[in-house]
Amino acid sequence: MNTDNTACSPQAQIDARARIGMWVFLGSEIMFFGPIFFSYMYGRYEWPQAFEAASRSTDLACGTFNTAVLLTSSLAVAAALLYAENGSRVQARRALNAAVLLGLLFLLVKSYEYLQDWHEHLVPGPSFQMDGAIDLAAAQLFYFIYFFSTLLHALHLIIGIALVLYCHRYLAHEPGHGAVRRLEITGLYWHFVDMIWIFLFPALYLAGRAS
Amino acid sequence: MSQGLTLLPPSATAAARGTDLLYLCLVGFSTLIAATFIIIIVIFSYRYRRNSRANRDNPPSHARGLEAVWTIAPLLVFLALFVWAAHDYVQQAKAPKDALQVFIVARQWMWKAEHMNGRREINELHIPIDTPVKLLMASQDVIHSFFVPAFRNKRDVVPGRYSTLWFQADRPGEYLLLCAEYCGTDHAEMKGRIIAMKPEDYARWEERGALHPGLAERGYALFRRHGCMGCHAAASSVHAPELSGLIGRRVHLSDGSSITADETYVHDSIMEPQKDIVNGYEAIMPSFKGQLNEAEIMAIIEYIRSLGPGQIMGDRP
Amino acid sequence: MITRASRTAFASDDMGVRSSGKPTASSYLHDGYSLWSWISSHDHKRIAILYSLSITSFFFIGAMAAGLIRMELLTPAADVVDADTYNRLFTAHGVIMVWMFLIPSIPSVFGNFALPLMIGARDLAFPRLNLLSWYLYIGGGLFTIAALLLGGVDTGWTFYTPYSSIFSNTHVILTLLGVLVVGFSSILTGLNFIVTVHTLRAPGMGWFKLPLFVWAIYATSVILVLATPVLAITLLLLAAERVFGIGLFNPALGGDPLLFQHLFWFYSHPAVYIMILPAMGVASEIIPCFARKRVFGYKFMAFAIIGIAVISFLVWGHHMFVSGQSVYASMVFSVLSFMVAVPSAIKVFNWTATLYKASITFTAPMLYALGFVILFLQGGLTGLFLASLSIDVHVTDTYFVVAHFHYIMVGGAVMAYMGAIHYWWPKITGRMYAESWARVAALIIFAGFNLTFFPQYLLGYDGMPRRYHTYPEQFQVLNILSSSGAAVLAIGYLLPIGYLLWSLRHGKPASDNPWQATGLEWTTPSPPPQHNFDQIPNGAAEPYDYIPEKGVQE
Repeated sequence: MNTDNTACSPQAQIDARARIGMWVFLGSEIMFFGPIFFSYMYGRYEWPQAFEAASRSTDLACGTFNTAVLLTSSLAVAAALLYAENGSRVQARRALNAAVLLGLLFLLVKSYEYLQDWHEHLVPGPSFQMDGAIDLAAAQLFYFIYFFSTLLHALHLIIGIALVLYCHRYLAHEPGHGAVRRLEITGLYWHFVDMIWIFLFPALYLAGRAS
Repeated sequence: MSQGLTLLPPSATAAARGTDLLYLCLVGFSTLIAATFIIIIVIFSYRYRRNSRANRDNPPSHARGLEAVWTIAPLLVFLALFVWAAHDYVQQAKAPKDALQVFIVARQWMWKAEHMNGRREINELHIPIDTPVKLLMASQDVIHSFFVPAFRNKRDVVPGRYSTLWFQADRPGEYLLLCAEYCGTDHAEMKGRIIAMKPEDYARWEERGALHPGLAERGYALFRRHGCMGCHAAASSVHAPELSGLIGRRVHLSDGSSITADETYVHDSIMEPQKDIVNGYEAIMPSFKGQLNEAEIMAIIEYIRSLGPGQIMGDRP
Repeated sequence: MITRASRTAFASDDMGVRSSGKPTASSYLHDGYSLWSWISSHDHKRIAILYSLSITSFFFIGAMAAGLIRMELLTPAADVVDADTYNRLFTAHGVIMVWMFLIPSIPSVFGNFALPLMIGARDLAFPRLNLLSWYLYIGGGLFTIAALLLGGVDTGWTFYTPYSSIFSNTHVILTLLGVLVVGFSSILTGLNFIVTVHTLRAPGMGWFKLPLFVWAIYATSVILVLATPVLAITLLLLAAERVFGIGLFNPALGGDPLLFQHLFWFYSHPAVYIMILPAMGVASEIIPCFARKRVFGYKFMAFAIIGIAVISFLVWGHHMFVSGQSVYASMVFSVLSFMVAVPSAIKVFNWTATLYKASITFTAPMLYALGFVILFLQGGLTGLFLASLSIDVHVTDTYFVVAHFHYIMVGGAVMAYMGAIHYWWPKITGRMYAESWARVAALIIFAGFNLTFFPQYLLGYDGMPRRYHTYPEQFQVLNILSSSGAAVLAIGYLLPIGYLLWSLRHGKPASDNPWQATGLEWTTPSPPPQHNFDQIPNGAAEPYDYIPEKGVQE
């Protein structure tokens, strides 16, 4: 790839810079979430039964619904980018609206889920209890990883929603290629956050449910 | 004031002398390499200083042969070093089966030792020479490290697990014991002495100190006092695993895996009984966290170890 | 209130010798004089100076902690400070020197200043992100200072659990937050450099035309981007453990202290290569210049840099040979640690070979660079001792390790940092420093350094553990030698403050290229204009195009 200062147009150069920048950033994000997954794998290896039992006590309905919501939101963002590239900015903005709504829906359901977890005493701390738990310490560890990873994910999702809103405004007010570039970069970030969830969902919700 | 400069600490084991040999070889090698390069740099700096009359025709930009040599040769030397050091390390790792066992509990900021016959020491450890000695170590709080420079050996003592260290001293004398893992305020004060004695002297020392019942005896008393008999005795109505001959036995767990029962397994079974459930048994054993300290658990382990497969739980050790 | 007239007046005062003879625009130094113009600047050159000022301040705070430590260690007894204070001192020294000084030093000062110039760019790829990096650095630094002022932390810079998670009652979380924020600063800096090197090279400048300094910064940036997040999470987990008492690292709740060590060292080993690779890059700039000769084996030097960066991720377990990891794991980490020494050795050989049939002058930068090679060689050789399993069992957690890493970090990285300061000083400030004073300081530093740290190898093998504020009497003689060396070293580090500051006002104005060096940064005025180059230069020239006999660039 010829990325020195001459051959490409200034536009393409800025695009290349932004793209590489976001991919490098996503690389660092993978290393950020990596240790959390590693801790999960460590716990699953050390206390397999306790982790699987704790995983069964998560709310599968909420988790599955949220997964569908997030996947659809990624579709919306991808659609928005296609629309924007073809010049259909109005439709692009509508697709972004859908993405934001879906993102907010995810957060809503997640908050509801957290509230339920609180009522069921599944929040790690002195009042933690889990019915039928054979190893309370390991179950608590599972829930610590659950809250830590989903909270971190939710934080990234909130940042993603903010970026999408920014793109929305930019599309509305700034003609030109800059809006499309910003949307492409935001799309990369959004899809990455979705990917994290795609790995979190089976790890946290589906373990121990297969048999 | 000071006792003068010592470049090598005393060496009290054959393993220590082995480490010294490798060390001195490496010192020689490093000195040779460092001196060579420093001399070359100095010579080049002088010879090729600006405006000197040295011959500068055709300066090479690469020298494939030389470069190959100076890549392969260090690699071979490093591999040789690795093999030598790894060999010594592996020998240090596994204690001989007949090693004399001593129990060490580390805590902020002291070393507590207990011999098999119950004799206890603080910040001192008497051992016989010409006998392999194996330390089974636990920490009551943070990570410490049992370091004896004269043995060229150390091992971190990590809370929540047992660590082992073995050595065979061959020179009587007193050797410095130091804590080598930062553990808080008085980390630097956590030192003691290893007192190596001739076997006859050691035997006499050990006997003199048998004021407390031996470890296994104490373990038996604890085993009864804390109600272990209620489930683990042969005559109990509760279905609990058989413990005689446990140490070293293969145990099948409920998740399908199997492990060899060692001190850590017994320790965890007492403190975290939910961790590894034996196949075919229910997870009903309560935890004794807070009821038993590290020294007491060691005593119980010794009691269990003392019962061979032919004996039954409830027998005296 | 700078009027057009007065600006020209300043420019003409500052002119010095210009090779082109054309009047130039005023330099980046004159592009606004207010404090606001500096701390809101997107100019990589100004940001580099902001970093250099903050980094130097932190260096001296960390150095003062070291000074107190060496004073205490003059005698076996605890007569200068008490145990708790001593423990806070060595923790402060470690935390500040590693995260506030060494990791940002060469990349954030010279990477920022010189890298865009070297590749013919007008700035980094994301100038505003660069400024954000500095603000994050300052923010994190303030957290750390706050922790210090509130009494400090006593866990050691390694924060081993369970001491740091349960037992220590000092301001651990504040310090962790400081390190976390500084970590984000370095991730963003690394990201910026990577994108810059990929997208902003001058026309014709392929990868194998890049100066080795750029290769080094690039490899460092890759490590920064990939390893630092792991530290961030590890410290967050530790903070959560402290606040919520979860039990990931707490054995009483079923956790494992060794898990922390694995996570911590997975970052912290690559981190030490973050500290040394840029130093190697600096040496590869200075030595060819003052030897008037191409660096020997350019391609191997570049590959060695990449090789070191890759293998650095695979050796973290060599910090845990006696911690309780399996014998098998220890053997794997040991052999890999030997492997990582091979590319480093090749670099030392190549720097030495560069001197063959060269035409050498011994300016201060060259003295620092040669000192770097010698001390890095020694430090690297002692790395072999530490990679050897049976020897490491004896010397780990003793002063042997302390000596080893100080040889690399102080004898290596700091010497290179000093060399870089002198080498690029004319370019950055437009002034020449006093060469004689600089040479004397370099020699004092070299001597003081060896006196301070060589005895520590002997102390370590003799059995003196680390982090001890009192020690058995037999260790005193070597400790006295070491502390005396520290005093000499202190003088050596203070001298440059004097003559460098003096040069800002009274130094001879510098020409565009006072060293007759190759490299695009020397084709622009000293100091450069805000936009770096009037015209983007052509980057097709071979790097290090020196010819020895003539002593002048071809």
